[in-house]
Amino acid sequence: MKQIFMDYANATPCDSRVLEAMLPYFIEKFGNPSSHIITKGNEALSALDNSRKIVADFIGAKFEEIIFTSGATEANNLALKGYAFANQHRGKHIITTEIEHFSITSPLRTLERLFGFEVTYLPVDSFGFVSPDELKKSLRNETILVSIQLANNEIGTVQDLKELISVVKENSSAVFHSDATAGCGFIDINVSELNIDLLTLSPTSLYGPKGVGALFVKNGLVLQPLIEGGFQEGGLRSGTENLPAIVGFAKACELGKIEMSDRCNYLKPLRNRLWEGIEKNIDFVHFTGHPEKRLPNNVSFWIEFAEGESLLLMLNYMGVMASSGSACSSNLRGKSEDDLVASPVLTAIGVPKDICTGSLTFSLGMSNTIEEIDYVLQIFPGIVNRLWQMSPFYLDKIKGHTPKLTKVDK
Amino acid sequence: MADAQGPYSPKVMEHFLNPKNMGEIPDASGIGEVGNPSCGDVMRLYLKINENEIIEDAKFMTFGCGAAIASSSMVTEMIKGKTIEEALKVTNETVAEALGGLPPSKIHCSVLAQQAIEAAIKDYREKKAKK
Ligand code: FES
Repeated sequence: MKQIFMDYANATPCDSRVLEAMLPYFIEKFGNPSSHIITKGNEALSALDNSRKIVADFIGAKFEEIIFTSGATEANNLALKGYAFANQHRGKHIITTEIEHFSITSPLRTLERLFGFEVTYLPVDSFGFVSPDELKKSLRNETILVSIQLANNEIGTVQDLKELISVVKENSSAVFHSDATAGCGFIDINVSELNIDLLTLSPTSLYGPKGVGALFVKNGLVLQPLIEGGFQEGGLRSGTENLPAIVGFAKACELGKIEMSDRCNYLKPLRNRLWEGIEKNIDFVHFTGHPEKRLPNNVSFWIEFAEGESLLLMLNYMGVMASSGSACSSNLRGKSEDDLVASPVLTAIGVPKDICTGSLTFSLGMSNTIEEIDYVLQIFPGIVNRLWQMSPFYLDKIKGHTPKLTKVDK
Repeated sequence: MADAQGPYSPKVMEHFLNPKNMGEIPDASGIGEVGNPSCGDVMRLYLKINENEIIEDAKFMTFGCGAAIASSSMVTEMIKGKTIEEALKVTNETVAEALGGLPPSKIHCSVLAQQAIEAAIKDYREKKAKK
């Protein structure tokens, strides 16, 4: 059976040009950049420098402002914990939102629990937007850091970072961090235009390798390193650099920059076709995220009376791979049912808790075609209907009683 | 362990993709509806019980994950033809075992099936007492 991958928000394949750029650094140019007195090391260091320059250019940063990490998760941890630890004398209040990735909320919970920080989790509206007024009101004298994502990989909404940053800058001395992981493949970022202080990047949406990311740290900011050792990355991130991945990351940024608008132009009509097809052919669908201010490759929604994991399994059985924010599908590798958590993003935008289990995200990529979209549109209504036929809620609905839906207390 | 089948055993997938006894029994002798607060899932079990207290027919409707649907399907197969006393001995472990095992985080979905039997038989007994 054909395999149709529509989960590019969670993984992109390496572009063959990226892979090609990486290959020499596994065998031939295997040197350690820290041993740059010797030829092999020096060869590695110049590749590292060159990569750093390319990644810096990608977001309009300076060479020394890019710190390579093992991925976006580590970059987020470094930004939050690293900044909080080094600047706690200035205050212990941090602001973030209810729709951040776990690599933002988990370190923040640790800062609250173990280190006496206070964190404000800003609510979002039904599209997933943070309100600039709400943000302004939550700023305090002791607020040292605000962290708000660029785009949401689940519901696709893209924040107006420029406005949010200027609210923070005009009304406080807090620094601004953004996790741009989900957006950086589609949205042109310029750190000096944005006036941002810390920014997390990874090649996840850029057809680069896994196991690498970067944190932009504006010159002059002081961070406490989380991983200490041999002083690599300006002392902010010790450990021999993952050079093949870094070279691949840089190549992915270089290509991403050149091809960004072409990619968006390719993906958007496909996305719209899928969106419109679902809207037209399936009842009880609720699209999530903002209709326009959203990632060009993302279609997200939830369906009443069907559960997300079942939808995923049936789609997968038919060769189509997507993702879901349902509790049931959340942590199959977990040790117990306590490891299953519904996506906080969906509850934050007001999806009733007991039905956000019917959530699905299709995130498209450059290898998807119109034929694939049409195939999905052809099989999907049948899948949904099959699950409805099993669902006691649907039975009640068509028999006339409206099933009771638990409202989210907001 | 993850393998080419995904997170579930072939038996689970078989029952998920082709569930047995799905649907309603309009004149059911007992109906049990149980839910799962952790994920909002619901299983409704319909039983047709004869005068000898033998389960002649069992059908289910389930809103839930693959494991919940497969457990529902399996449990209806397991209790059909049994007396209600025998049916009450079916545990979530026996359901999970018959399905070739469930991932640890999904054991509670088979608990749903066990509870549904209990609820449906309770409903049957209550209805009978009222007659
Ligand atoms: S019913 Fe929710 S995890 Fe199985």
